[in-house]
Amino acid sequence: MEQKTKVHAEDGKQDLTITREFDLPVELLFKAHTEPELIVQWKAIPNTTAKILKFAGMKHGSYQMQSTDSQGKIVSSVHGVIHEFIPNRKIIRTFEVENAPIGVQLEIYDFEPLTDTTSKLNMHVIYESTAIRDQVMKMPGASGYTMGMAHDRMQEIMNKLK
Amino acid sequence: MNLRRDVFQAIADPTRRAILLLVASQAMTAGAIAANFNTARPTVSKHLQILTECELLGHEQNGREIYYHINASKMKEVADFIEPFRKMWDDRFNELEMIMKKLKPKN
Repeated sequence: MEQKTKVHAEDGKQDLTITREFDLPVELLFKAHTEPELIVQWKAIPNTTAKILKFAGMKHGSYQMQSTDSQGKIVSSVHGVIHEFIPNRKIIRTFEVENAPIGVQLEIYDFEPLTDTTSKLNMHVIYESTAIRDQVMKMPGASGYTMGMAHDRMQEIMNKLK
Repeated sequence: MNLRRDVFQAIADPTRRAILLLVASQAMTAGAIAANFNTARPTVSKHLQILTECELLGHEQNGREIYYHINASKMKEVADFIEPFRKMWDDRFNELEMIMKKLKPKN
């Protein structure tokens, strides 16, 4: 079966591409990436509540997002600056997870209309090194997910110890 | 020179990816594989050697000929490495699609 989301990562390189076709017009796909109340719904780490502290969707803009667990403890803070912002076409931004050893990544989002009702997202992500890229891929979501999942696992373990 | 011999190095090269696609359908001799490329025979041999060292290809003697075949379990290693990462993005994007579809009628 053809996979909807494709990841292409060549050995020895420090970047990767993620592509996905959506059954959505490009305007809605772009909107899902740029409206804080929508971003938090699909980008939240499982079992956490995401909150956008800042989102300035524009050239020279920036963003800041935080995830908290059910006790209100912060499990992940991410932020970055927006380098390019062309509605329904392109976003270039940096992404950094605070207190995570994965450095800063450069993300290029290319929004492509396919038909009036379908679209395609091409993401190009460049890491500081090949080693960091491989590390991120081996721990799915070091870019925000891992910490949350690690905390969930820790919580589960600790609950059993109670 | 300390060359890495793993599956990721193997599939980094377009000719090697083409070779893997070729032998995926049937076992082939080096000559038959080389006939599909414009590159010199020794270059193809070198690629076959690398693919064999990475265990992506296996070979068998059949009379005077050596037949190369794909090692499917090793190919899976590549997919396994990427799969959890791909799955995470797939889940996220499925969620995105669902949320935006619900939103559609209101606009």
